[in-house]
Amino acid sequence: MSIVRYQPPETVAWSGLNRLSNLRDELDTLFEMPFWSNFGRQSQLFSGWSPALDLYQNNDNVIVRVELPGMRKEDIEISLQDGMLTISGERKSETAEGDKAERTERYVGKFRRSISLPTQVDVSKVTATYRDGILTVTLAKAEEAKPKQIQVNVA
Amino acid sequence: MNTLVRENRNATEQRSEQFVTPAASVIEDGDVYLLNVEMPGVNKEGLEISVENNELRIIGRRSLPEIDGTLVHRESRSENFRRAFELDPRIDTSKISAHIDQGILTLRLPKAEQVKPRKITVS
Repeated sequence: MSIVRYQPPETVAWSGLNRLSNLRDELDTLFEMPFWSNFGRQSQLFSGWSPALDLYQNNDNVIVRVELPGMRKEDIEISLQDGMLTISGERKSETAEGDKAERTERYVGKFRRSISLPTQVDVSKVTATYRDGILTVTLAKAEEAKPKQIQVNVA
Repeated sequence: MNTLVRENRNATEQRSEQFVTPAASVIEDGDVYLLNVEMPGVNKEGLEISVENNELRIIGRRSLPEIDGTLVHRESRSENFRRAFELDPRIDTSKISAHIDQGILTLRLPKAEQVKPRKITVS
């Protein structure tokens, strides 16, 4: 897994970019490979929203934590394919018709993050919680990927 | 319409604690302004909101459960959030209310009565 330094969003959300970021989603699906998913992330120009992602692991689990403030649970999608975890979704705009946004720095729209997992996981043992705007996905490691203690009997 | 909330970047005060500036948005909705501030990992207990001399100051402290494991890859920041805004004097500071939901702090800042347009009838 290549590690890319996180770049905090610097540009202000601009609705004109929505169209382009949709295009980027399309491209992402084309290039959905470990290398590309991280590479694509470096170009902040077209990525409207690229939430920060942390990855942990211990003996039994791989744990992924993503900062997703202000989502509705049902708008978050998690998928697992070929050792690649993808978290995507869409944050809806809360500005109603007639409201006047004085200034906004918050992103609305779609996002997609993919990360290749460091080990094999058991697809049937994946749990996710969403609390205080933080999504935590816990993936149980596949039995064969767990570290094993080998007993050596000294005669 | 003049700016409701002007950010106070040179909020004096030197502190050793390090903070990051959370993203925010301001929406004008009739008689109230809505200020939304993104604070992932912050809950009600971690919030500290004060108004003093027309300055609204918001501090949000993260309270994330520790994860048992080794960190492989990190993009999030551990610093707490802080941001200060200079309030438009027309805001009725006694009526400001706040709530936080899934990491978004929403402040309702109602305008004082006299700011609302009033129709004066000529008798």
